[in-house]
Amino acid sequence: MSLNELTIHDMRSRLAAGEVTSVEVLEAVYDRINVVDGTINAYTSLMKESAYEAADRADRDLKDGRLKPLSGVPVAVKDILCTEGTRTSCGSRMLEHFIPPYDATVIRRLKEAGAVFVGKTNMDEFAMGSSNETSYFGVTRNPWDRDRIPGGSSGGSAAAVIADECIAAVGSDTGGSIRQPAAHCGVVGLKPTYGRVSRYGLIAFASSLDQVGPLTKDVEDTAIMMNVLAGHDAADSTSVPHPVPDYRENLSRGIEGWTVGIPREYFIEGIDPEITGAIDGVVRTMESLGAECREISLPHSQYCVAAYYIIAPAEASSNLARYDGVRYGFRSSGGETLLDSYKATRSAGFGAEVKRRIMIGTYSLSAGYYDAYYKKASQVRALIKTDFDDAFRTCDVILTPTTPTPAFRIGEKVDDPLQMYLTDIFTLSINLAGVPALSLPCGYSTAGLPLGAQLIAHHFREDKLIQAAAAVESRLPLEKRRPGI
Amino acid sequence: MEYEPIIGLEVHAQLLTESKIFCGCSTRFGAAPNSNTCPVCLGMPGVLPVLNRKVVEYAIKMALATHCRINRVNSFARKNYFYPDLPKGYQISQYAEPLAEKGHIDIEYDGTRKTIGITRIHMEEDAGKSIHEEDGDSTYVDLNRTGVPLIEIVSEPDMRGPAEGAAYLRRLHEILVYLEICDGNMEEGSFRCDANVSVRPRGTETFGTRTELKNMNSFRNVQLALDYEIQRQIDCLEGGGTVIQETRLWDAQGRVTHSMRGKEEAHDYRYFPEPDLVPVVISPEWIDDVQRGLPELPLEKRDRFVREYGIPPYDAGVLTASRALADYFEEVAKGTGQPKTASNWVMGSVLAAVKEEKIEIAEIPVSSEALAAMIAAIADGTISGKIAKDVFDDMWRTGKDPRVIIEEKGLAQIDDAGAVDAAVDEVLIAHPAQLAEYRAGKEKLFGFFVGQVMKRTQGKANPQIVNDILKKKLLKQ
Repeated sequence: MSLNELTIHDMRSRLAAGEVTSVEVLEAVYDRINVVDGTINAYTSLMKESAYEAADRADRDLKDGRLKPLSGVPVAVKDILCTEGTRTSCGSRMLEHFIPPYDATVIRRLKEAGAVFVGKTNMDEFAMGSSNETSYFGVTRNPWDRDRIPGGSSGGSAAAVIADECIAAVGSDTGGSIRQPAAHCGVVGLKPTYGRVSRYGLIAFASSLDQVGPLTKDVEDTAIMMNVLAGHDAADSTSVPHPVPDYRENLSRGIEGWTVGIPREYFIEGIDPEITGAIDGVVRTMESLGAECREISLPHSQYCVAAYYIIAPAEASSNLARYDGVRYGFRSSGGETLLDSYKATRSAGFGAEVKRRIMIGTYSLSAGYYDAYYKKASQVRALIKTDFDDAFRTCDVILTPTTPTPAFRIGEKVDDPLQMYLTDIFTLSINLAGVPALSLPCGYSTAGLPLGAQLIAHHFREDKLIQAAAAVESRLPLEKRRPGI
Repeated sequence: MEYEPIIGLEVHAQLLTESKIFCGCSTRFGAAPNSNTCPVCLGMPGVLPVLNRKVVEYAIKMALATHCRINRVNSFARKNYFYPDLPKGYQISQYAEPLAEKGHIDIEYDGTRKTIGITRIHMEEDAGKSIHEEDGDSTYVDLNRTGVPLIEIVSEPDMRGPAEGAAYLRRLHEILVYLEICDGNMEEGSFRCDANVSVRPRGTETFGTRTELKNMNSFRNVQLALDYEIQRQIDCLEGGGTVIQETRLWDAQGRVTHSMRGKEEAHDYRYFPEPDLVPVVISPEWIDDVQRGLPELPLEKRDRFVREYGIPPYDAGVLTASRALADYFEEVAKGTGQPKTASNWVMGSVLAAVKEEKIEIAEIPVSSEALAAMIAAIADGTISGKIAKDVFDDMWRTGKDPRVIIEEKGLAQIDDAGAVDAAVDEVLIAHPAQLAEYRAGKEKLFGFFVGQVMKRTQGKANPQIVNDILKKKLLKQ
């Protein structure tokens, strides 16, 4: 086994045993990147210099007997999180040369935990997309099939994890951007409760929906990452001062006696039968673990796509107004007047999907349309949240597919925004409700593509997600495969 | 036809907090351009606002002082528009759920009191400053002001003329400064005003089409601009035209208003709830706390001065123009037990000197105790009112205690009849001609003799004693 294939917990025990050094693991990671990333395109930039410094420091710490939660662990960071001194592009021409003078809070927390940042990962432009095809830096290819998309928008992070171009990664999820690529790449991805993880320094797409979370090789690593990421941040007024449990304690508790809800609205026409089959396998596994799986209803599910594609673009249209070429970022030389300059800069600096969403959002917030669109969507959102509140009165967790199909082909949906939007149909509600959800690998299609199961829990019950996912992971008859690149 | 103007005013007041509303940057005016900035107020990618609690406290103060109903849960919204001095492309303000609503203040105008309704008070951040170069080639942006806290105070359309409008503004200004939440400096833009104006035929009920006036940066300009705009609208209607709903800029040089943008070009601000901030929750305890710390407001103070000190309403008005002056007066009044004399001295010599030297009340070199001591010296006959003026000037110049000055310069009144008697004798001997004329019946020369005696005693002779002795001796043949 090559060192870059290690999980966080494996690496930790080997570091503790003195069998490997952080620098050796980091070298293996960069060797791997050298070999495969020309094809995969998971990274938009590498941070070799600071990474080796950090790895070296971790090794010295270890010699002094200090082993932090993520000491020396090579972590890939989605290029939406601000990193002081390192270009943070958000997948956009607009920020192609933007170097933030500050770290995102999660970056600071990861640093303090000893993490080593390998580089910044590719993503859909401003996180708007489900395939990494809208990135200004070119599409990321799915390590399982290079003609297919890795999912998005955290496609670079998911691909880097499964291609062993890092040990673990962080991404962000506004409507499925961690879970959908996790499912398509066969890794574990967790979208925490809204407010659980600080958004400070996370470049905003839709502020009321965005959350940062981990993408890892297994559930134990998810628990380790969440121990570091979660917690209140005074710089983010929407983060919550709830105590953070040690999520590792839930890894081996099992789910005996639990009630698992299976929402009938998620088993719709058009869903790939191989996915339904894999979810059936998860149901059987959970039952074998002593849980009761029962059909439930989340009656407003059908409205989630409509509500999401009003609220998210509305917030985006406002969040992206700051990219005007005046203070930082791309500025077009065209334009005689101020208005011309704005138009030229924003026309050339943003890609088509971003512009589409800015226009949708601007329209739905306009005088005379606000009540019909934004306000109505907010009311629907409240109903969707109530659906979950009701379900969690009886259920410990809810189980659904993460995506309706396995990874689709590059170019297949790029010209059909509506088809593209529908690929997130199972993940959007979760962000609207603010609840946490996790995507867990649960099988492979006959074509050899990974399939994902989504577990959903009530607000701030990430512990339950980790407990259920760890139990399923340990029992699911799933051969460990690796993509052959 | 006779027309009635309808005026509503929107005031933006900068709050005197140390730091900005959503970040820790200093609010200090006059710093080097763009030096009071950080990633948050610069609107860098990924940054988030955190509300400054002091801003809420100050806004609550104003809400209580203007008898508003405070919304215990209120929230911020984004006001979206593009401009280079607005780094985020939106201003964080309050919209559907403002801090406070439905208040009122009393104004005094032409000796009568009138109540003006306050529609709402909300908190928001200020934008930066665009500085356009004279040649028109370049515009510079200074973001020091970006994020400085403001409250916007919106009045009901309750004012019926420019003078009423000006009276309302003065009252609002006075309250803000009294509360010590705004420095009220109009030149530096700490207190800014926009006006909504319409006219209607007197006696009718419905409002006419209104225009919004901007760019009036003094009380005087507000009044001039309102005067001009009201007449412009009347002329327009009288000429058979209609008033167009638009925003107009006041040109202080040309003393006219110019159309800035019409209704069609009006911004659509696309307000929506600010998702980066949680609702502001104000507990009843917090409101009580602020209420307890509220100072007595100008109008209440004025009424109390009239009642308690028996001074005329005009005096009370002058003396309560600022909290510092009112406090100064009260200390002098209490120190002497002679409020009317205290009022005369404060309104007279003290304010004249303050004006002359262009200083603040806090910088007055004569302490209230010293002034009280001086007034006491007049009352007990140690010095005359005339000498007191010299003593006061000396106190102002040197900061010395009046008793010391009186002692050092020997200014105490001469009450000793023997000494006055001698002085009178000398005067009569020195002016035999006048004495003869007086005795021949020219009685108005009495004043001349008084003057000569006072001169000989350097003004220190007790005037009553001088009178008595002079009368006696002049009659003596």
